[in-house]
Order: sequence, then structure tokens, then C-alpha cells
Amino acid sequence: MLNFLAKRLVQIVPTLFFVSVLIFSLQHLLPGDPALVMAGEERDPAVIAQIRAQYHLDQPIPVQYAYWIKGVLSGDFGESLRNKMPVLELIAQKLPVTLQLAAMAITIAFLIGIPAGIVSAVKKGTAWDYGANLFALWGISTPNFWLGIMLIFLFSIELGWLPASGYVPLTENWRASIAATIMPAFVLGNAIAAILMRHTRSAMLQVLESDYVRTARAKGLSERTVILKHAMRNALTPIITLGALELGTLLSGAVLTEQNFSIPGFGKLIVDAVFNRDYAVVQGVVLTTATIYITLNLIADIAYILVNPRLRG
Amino acid sequence: MTDTTLGTSASLAGAETLESPARRAWRRLVRRKGAMLGLVVIALFILLAVFAPLIVPYDPIATSWSLVRKAPSLQHWFGTDELGRDVLARVVFGARASLLAGVISIGIALAIGVPLGLVAGYRGGFIDALISRITDAMLACPFLILAIALAAFLGPSLGNAMIAIGVSATPIFIRLTRGQVMSVKVEDYVEAARAMGNPRWRIALVHILPNILPALLVQATLSIAAAIIAEAALSFLGLGQQPPAPSWGSMLNAAQRFLTSAPWMTIWPGLAIFLVVLSFNLVGDGLRDALDPKAR
Repeated sequence: MLNFLAKRLVQIVPTLFFVSVLIFSLQHLLPGDPALVMAGEERDPAVIAQIRAQYHLDQPIPVQYAYWIKGVLSGDFGESLRNKMPVLELIAQKLPVTLQLAAMAITIAFLIGIPAGIVSAVKKGTAWDYGANLFALWGISTPNFWLGIMLIFLFSIELGWLPASGYVPLTENWRASIAATIMPAFVLGNAIAAILMRHTRSAMLQVLESDYVRTARAKGLSERTVILKHAMRNALTPIITLGALELGTLLSGAVLTEQNFSIPGFGKLIVDAVFNRDYAVVQGVVLTTATIYITLNLIADIAYILVNPRLRG
Repeated sequence: MTDTTLGTSASLAGAETLESPARRAWRRLVRRKGAMLGLVVIALFILLAVFAPLIVPYDPIATSWSLVRKAPSLQHWFGTDELGRDVLARVVFGARASLLAGVISIGIALAIGVPLGLVAGYRGGFIDALISRITDAMLACPFLILAIALAAFLGPSLGNAMIAIGVSATPIFIRLTRGQVMSVKVEDYVEAARAMGNPRWRIALVHILPNILPALLVQATLSIAAAIIAEAALSFLGLGQQPPAPSWGSMLNAAQRFLTSAPWMTIWPGLAIFLVVLSFNLVGDGLRDALDPKAR
């Protein structure tokens, strides 16, 4: 176990290194002189020279990288060109909003995806199974920004039940907060529910054919006990770790959904940064997402070992 | 030269005695209603895209101040948009951007990903470790966020959106190809080809690649679905097809601003994306089942 952990941790180092190189090289994709692009409307040679010096653009690329990574490692992601705030501070401000959305979305995904997967496996070949599979196809194929607009149309404009946009922090007024986030959370959760349903279904089908389930049935246990106590427990362990990995999908989805519902989160931060040509923020957001994803991957691996006794030792 | 003739005669002999794998897969695919429905819908959308000017009588970018946001009518079946353009014409012409983006971006991903995966899986060693770590790093950045960042730095245009989506989808194909190559290269027939003194590139291209094509085909079909959604998403954010050229994603962007006064602007482009993506997913799922050697 410790051995495995050490090996996994060592593997993360080169991955993070390449992630940082990848994100650093993004700014070299900018057509033309990056200093000119960063200066935007400004044409004053003094300003451009200052930008060039500030970002070490006059140095060779490996040296530029060294300066950049040194800053990143000490928590300095640069500052936003637009409002001069440190990028890290901006991210820390926006991340909790998206995390609340993500937590609600994952809860919705589990609540829909897992029961649907279990029912469709247990009732394989029936109308239930057919319905659950159709739901999964719908969830995977619907663009979530379209679903968002349609829900706003139905629940905000036609029925007037929920606010169409805006965000209230949980700590301020939890009712208003839930009302403002339930639609976007559903939009995000819907797609993941579909993926979880498919995995739950195939895991359950596999488990239901196994010897110990046959034994449990042979002992005369009720079908309910067999499914809930014997089959489900074993089928669901990999699904739970899979849920953690879907956070990447959630963060991607949040970009569009936050745009739909004007929620001032992490996703809206990157979109606004893209339009303001605020490249340091774009880089900071991608780097943060990748770090979160790599960490979650590690946690999922550890959790998988903890719940699966055969892999311990 | 001798090898080529040997290869051809061997496969010919196979076709005479046995059903070819491709034909068997096709026969299995035809039995799947979902996949067939998907193929029909995709074919319809391709026809729409190719013959767009013959199908709709309106110019998709011609504006008209007297026709701003008119509800669906006999003249304009899907209504008109905020600049008085015919929504049906824009949905039909929009199929071009979406289908092209789906196919070209995944073409880019295949063109970069498959050779890298082949080299990594076949050569192993340091090259494999290097390619694999870069793949891990790219996979650590969520697909759409990476595509948005790339598109942002490359600049907004349909071409750049395709490049951004293609590059972001590449690591999936590197990883898939590498994994497939690793499992195929220990097979006896590869060992035999090596024993006969074939050069490495020949073993990789002639003996390994054809055997991993089914897996690549399934992944490519499902990835086209994801790429079409990604292009719509980038266009929705203003990073894809630039106005006034029609694209389903940018139509939805405009539609959201007029949701109260012109809800019809929302329904059709969204439905078009949904149908095309659903069809590619159906065909991908069908292909996976049809090409699975374990299934009977």
C-alpha cells in the first residue's frame, strides 16, 4: 500500500511538469509578438518595453519558463491584466461558487444515475431497461448549454418558479442559494448521471452473473436482499471512484452552464478572461483545473484500494 | 514486393472461404435499429449540408429589418432571428460548420494521435515514457477547458476551433492506440512477421495497424459526437464560427438573449445539435457491439 502510494506520488511529478510546460507554451501560440498582444490597444513603445521586461519576454524561452514556474510554485500566478488582481486571489474567490455547483451536480448525478443503472440491470430487457438506456443516450447527446436555455425558458420565463440568473452564497441565504443553483446543477448532473447509469448497469450485470450471487439466491434469500446487500455493494465500489473522476467533466461543463445562468464562478472567470485577452488568468485557471484533476485521480486510486481488500497488502 | 503479393493472396483466400471481418461487422451493424437510424439521420444531415442552397430559398446571412424576430409562419417555417434572417436557412447551412468541425477535428486528432501511439506502444522505452507523460498531462486538463484555452490563444475562427478541438482530443487516441498496440504486438502473427525479418515500420503499419482499426473506428465515431458538441460550445462562447456565418452554437448564443420574445430561435439549432450528436453516439455504440469479437 505505502509502496503503491509512493509510486503514484512519484508519477505525479513528471505529469505536473508537462502540464506546466503545456500551459506555459500556450502564450507562444499567440500570433506575433506576445508583448504587443498583451499591450492590446496600447501602442506606446515604453509600455511595450515594460511589458517585455515584466514578463521576461526578452529572455530565451527556457529562462522565461524558469521565471514563470518559480512564480507559480511560490503561489504567484501573475496578475490579471484587466483588474490588476493577483490571479490566485481571483481563483480563490470564484472556486467556491463552482465547487458548490459541482457538489450539487454530483449529488443529483448519483441520485439519478445509480438507481437507474441498478433498475435497468435487474430488469434487463424490459421497458424499464429500455427507458433507462434512452435516458442515458439523451444525457450524453444533449448539449448542456441548450438544456440550460430550455430550462430557463420553462421554469423561469413560462412558470416563473426559479430565477433565470444570478447567484446567492449559501452562507447568506441558503434557500435563495439553492433556488439559484438547482437548475444549473441539474444541467451539469444530467450528463454525468447518464455516464454513471451506463457504468452501474454494466457493473451490476456482471455481478448478477457471479457465483456468490447465485449462492445467495440458492440460500433462499429474498431477491431484494440479494440485490441490495450482495450485488449492489460490490458493483458500486468502482462507480464511486468513477464519480470522483467525472469532476473534470463537471469543470468543463461549468464553463458553459455558468455562462447560461450568469453565475460568477470558475467557468465564467475563464470565459471573461478569454474575451478580455487576460492570458495569465486563462493559464491560472487551466493549471488549477489540472491540479485538482490530478489530485482527485490520486484520491480515487487510494479510495479504490481502501474499499477493495484484495488490492491491499 | 513478395510480401505484398503474399498479403493480397492471403486475404483473397480468406474472403473465398470465410466471411471477411468487415462484412461480418456490417451484417451485425445492420441488425441494430439504433445504429441504422443514426446512419440515416447522419446521411440526411450530410445531404442538407451539401445541397443547402438548393433546399432553402433564403440566404442564411441576408438581413431584413422588416422581418426581425417573426414567429414561425408559412413563409418562414422556423421563424426569423434578431436580424430578420430565416432560422431554417441558418439551421440548414449551419450543418456545414458542425459536420466539418466534427470530422476535421477528429481527423487532426487521428493524424497526430495514431502515429504517436504506434511509436509509443511499439518502441517502448524512453520514447514511450515521454509520450505517455505528455499524454497524461494533456488528459489532466479537461477536454473543453483545454480546447477553450487553445482557441483563446490561437484566436477566434472556425479553423482555429477545429485545431483546438483536434489537439484536445489527441491524447485519447494516443492512449487508445498505445494500449491496443501493446496487446497486439505480443500476438504470434506479429512475432512471425518479425521472425521473417520485416522492418519495424512495416510490422507497425501492415501487421499491427489493421488489427487496431476497429477500436479506433469506434472511438473516432464517438469522438465526432463530442467534437460537434465542443464546436457548438466554442461557437456559443464566440470562439468558433464568426458572425455572420451561420453555426448552431452561435445561433444559440443569440437565442438566449431573446428567449422571452423569440423562443423559436432556441429550439431548432439545439434540436439539430442533439439529433446529429445522438446519431453519432448511436452509430458508435452500434459499431462497438458489432466489432466486439467476444459478442456473438
